[in-house]
Amino acid sequence: MARIGVFICWCGENIARTVDIEKATAEVAKIPGVRCAINYKYMCSDPGQAMVREKIQREKLQGVVVASCSPHMHLKTFRAAAKTAGLNPYLVEMANVREHCSWVHHDKEKATEKAIGLIRMTVGKVLRNRALDPIKVPLTKRALVIGGGVAGIQAALDIADAGCEVVLVEREPSIGGKMAGLSETFPTLDCSQCILTPRMVETGQHPNIKLYSYSEIESVEGFVGNFKVTIRKKARYIDIDKCTGCGECWTKCPSKKTPSEFDYGLANRTAIYMPFPQAVPARPVIDKDACIKFKTGKCGLCLKRCQAGAINFEDEDKLITEEVGAIVTAAGYQLYDIGKDQPNAKLSGYGEYGYGEYADVITSLQFERLSSASGPTSGEIKRPSDGETPKKVVFVSCVGSRDNAKGISYCSKICCMYTAKHTMLYKHKVHDGEAHVFYMDIRAGGKNYEEFVRRAIEQDGAIYHRGRVSKITRENGKLIVRGADTLVGEPVTIEADMVVLAAAMRPAVGVLELAQKLKLGYDEFGFLSESHPKLRPVETNTAGIYICGACQAPKDIPRPWRRRRRRRAKCW
Amino acid sequence: MEFGYYPGCALHGSSNDYEKSIRACMKVLNAGLKELDDWICCGATAAHSLNHKLSTALPARNLAIAERDGVGSVLAPCPMCSMELIKAGRALRESEQMRRQMSEIVELKVEGKTDVINLIQVFERIGIETIKSAVKNPLADLKPACYYGCLLTRPAKVVQFDDCERPRSMELILEALGAAPVSWNYATECCGAGLTMANEATVLELANKILKNAAGSGANCIVVACPMCHVNLDMKQSAVERRYDTAHGLPIYYLSDVVGLALGLNKKELAIDKHFVCARAQVKR
Repeated sequence: MARIGVFICWCGENIARTVDIEKATAEVAKIPGVRCAINYKYMCSDPGQAMVREKIQREKLQGVVVASCSPHMHLKTFRAAAKTAGLNPYLVEMANVREHCSWVHHDKEKATEKAIGLIRMTVGKVLRNRALDPIKVPLTKRALVIGGGVAGIQAALDIADAGCEVVLVEREPSIGGKMAGLSETFPTLDCSQCILTPRMVETGQHPNIKLYSYSEIESVEGFVGNFKVTIRKKARYIDIDKCTGCGECWTKCPSKKTPSEFDYGLANRTAIYMPFPQAVPARPVIDKDACIKFKTGKCGLCLKRCQAGAINFEDEDKLITEEVGAIVTAAGYQLYDIGKDQPNAKLSGYGEYGYGEYADVITSLQFERLSSASGPTSGEIKRPSDGETPKKVVFVSCVGSRDNAKGISYCSKICCMYTAKHTMLYKHKVHDGEAHVFYMDIRAGGKNYEEFVRRAIEQDGAIYHRGRVSKITRENGKLIVRGADTLVGEPVTIEADMVVLAAAMRPAVGVLELAQKLKLGYDEFGFLSESHPKLRPVETNTAGIYICGACQAPKDIPRPWRRRRRRRAKCW
Repeated sequence: MEFGYYPGCALHGSSNDYEKSIRACMKVLNAGLKELDDWICCGATAAHSLNHKLSTALPARNLAIAERDGVGSVLAPCPMCSMELIKAGRALRESEQMRRQMSEIVELKVEGKTDVINLIQVFERIGIETIKSAVKNPLADLKPACYYGCLLTRPAKVVQFDDCERPRSMELILEALGAAPVSWNYATECCGAGLTMANEATVLELANKILKNAAGSGANCIVVACPMCHVNLDMKQSAVERRYDTAHGLPIYYLSDVVGLALGLNKKELAIDKHFVCARAQVKR
């Protein structure tokens, strides 16, 4: 006769509230092959595990069934406990009576019956289980990091500093991501470039980091420890090894009218261009669609000017294969499209705010460029339409966020803080200007965050109106912002010179396709899913693939920074 | 093509010029209008602000008549009427209990399956291309401000028509007629509607803003699809001008007026001569 032990967990009251634990214990004790059945309030705790170990030894158990939560959560815990008690861990199985039973039912009697059935089936499984010995397979001690924004850079440096090789893939011509374009960062107001650019340089020069810029992930095969990744190195038309980054080419390029991606269209760039002077690698790229040589066959001025012979109009995409053991995804975010054209039928934009129609209605990332020393106005606050200094600026928070009618129910987390920061940056530069903010709630949770917002209001005199903006129109050269102040209970109309919209954060373009290549889960909004929000916050449900940064959820800059230690430890 | 027709109180009363204009257009476009037999009031603001059941029962009776007579799509040119009819239809479709109760009250079986549409939708169904090819008199001189008012696109979840904040459907029709609609700020703002009786000052203020912005945006007329908007912008325009000591002189056309003009009808056939503000040189005949 087999000797199986059944351990039923109450999970506090998660299971005990819906399943009659005593009845279930008594019933399963009668199943043929079950030697003993006991229950405990927290089976995963130290006393609970001690009970499992003690029973294994005293009753000479040949198999164990733990009836509790999902095996995803605690199978490893109980298998380890069994191993210390001398039982082969593969003779331990779990019956999920929480997710599959108590959480989804109300009728206690029927739920108890179902729990007993689930345990009975699991006992049947353990009866057929055989002792197994784990095998060892070689693994590639190299990591792939996808995305060269602040999260990806930090992940790559941490892993590289730990002595492992890193392959860093960035689809833009330079690493740096969104942070490279920010002006100053909250809550300290130190310059974003001063924090990030040294790390970018370090990444570019690190002996353990192999950087593929202007490249994308084509496909991923294999499994934890042994991934085979195909990378598409997009045609850059520049040999970055020959190129010295001297600038002869882009200063002479006659095609100068392409809106700069880095400046979010606030300035133009040439067809052969460096995204920004601090780019890593500090090498240009040719935009084929804007290049006169590609369009008409005439020109080739850059080719003539280049002393290094680095320009190659015949360049083509190349596929490269890399072998890695672990993958970190740091694919980042994009802003919600404010206008009418939406990528997804569930989303509807804010046509009433006139973004795209009025040049002086801009997004928060555009405002970052306007106030950045490296921006198109060298940090002077000048409005896009005529270069005048705006004397009255309205900042609108929650554009897209927390608005079920527009398709996004979540809070984008960072907008309250950067909006407060924007009012400060503005007031520090335009002393006689007025900064108005329309907000729903101020969510400033974090060290020194609430104090920061108070500083914007009390010291810098930002005027906060609690309410939404219903419409923005233009009359006589002014933007008429109509909204409500719900604390006063009155409609508010402000004649502004410029409006800044704090658009919601959405997962970056292409995150879904990437998730499908990596076989990762994502939520209804397209953010990548972690394995467990508390127990395994950087792991995914695919072994060996980790996530960090804003492709997981809206995050501020310090957050990926804090999480990096955990991730580094997890990679090996 | 034939549509059911629910005139509501306005089109048989103060806005009979609107009815005349719609009928004239439909005739040229070979579209029939079959007026619902023995229709009753939709309840309008009076009913829905006082009695929920009444505000469903009144439109439900009209929907029941349409169902009984086998009318699939019903044009309700007044946006208040169409909103009330659509809202009642929706309530009926959503609840078996509502269908039972209402059928009992209105003494006719009603399920809420009638498709209630506004005038813009009627033109869309006839086909913008069809209308375009029937144009005899392109409206090249016309720079209209298309005025939707508050109800034509709202409540968005009830009427489910165009983008409630930035609609374009009227503009598309006018462009097909050869006109050049202007971009302006008050397309979906409120004209004050029924307050014209109780609080005229509010209506004059709102109407003044609308007229001023339309003219300031380069419009030489306003095109509306709502009888109430027409009253407040056309009939009240002289009062607006007196109160604010200004001269707008902006002709206010119904959508059917401009379609009719482009189709070659004259202002008498379209009852444009009944408007308060003179149509001036834009309408020669």
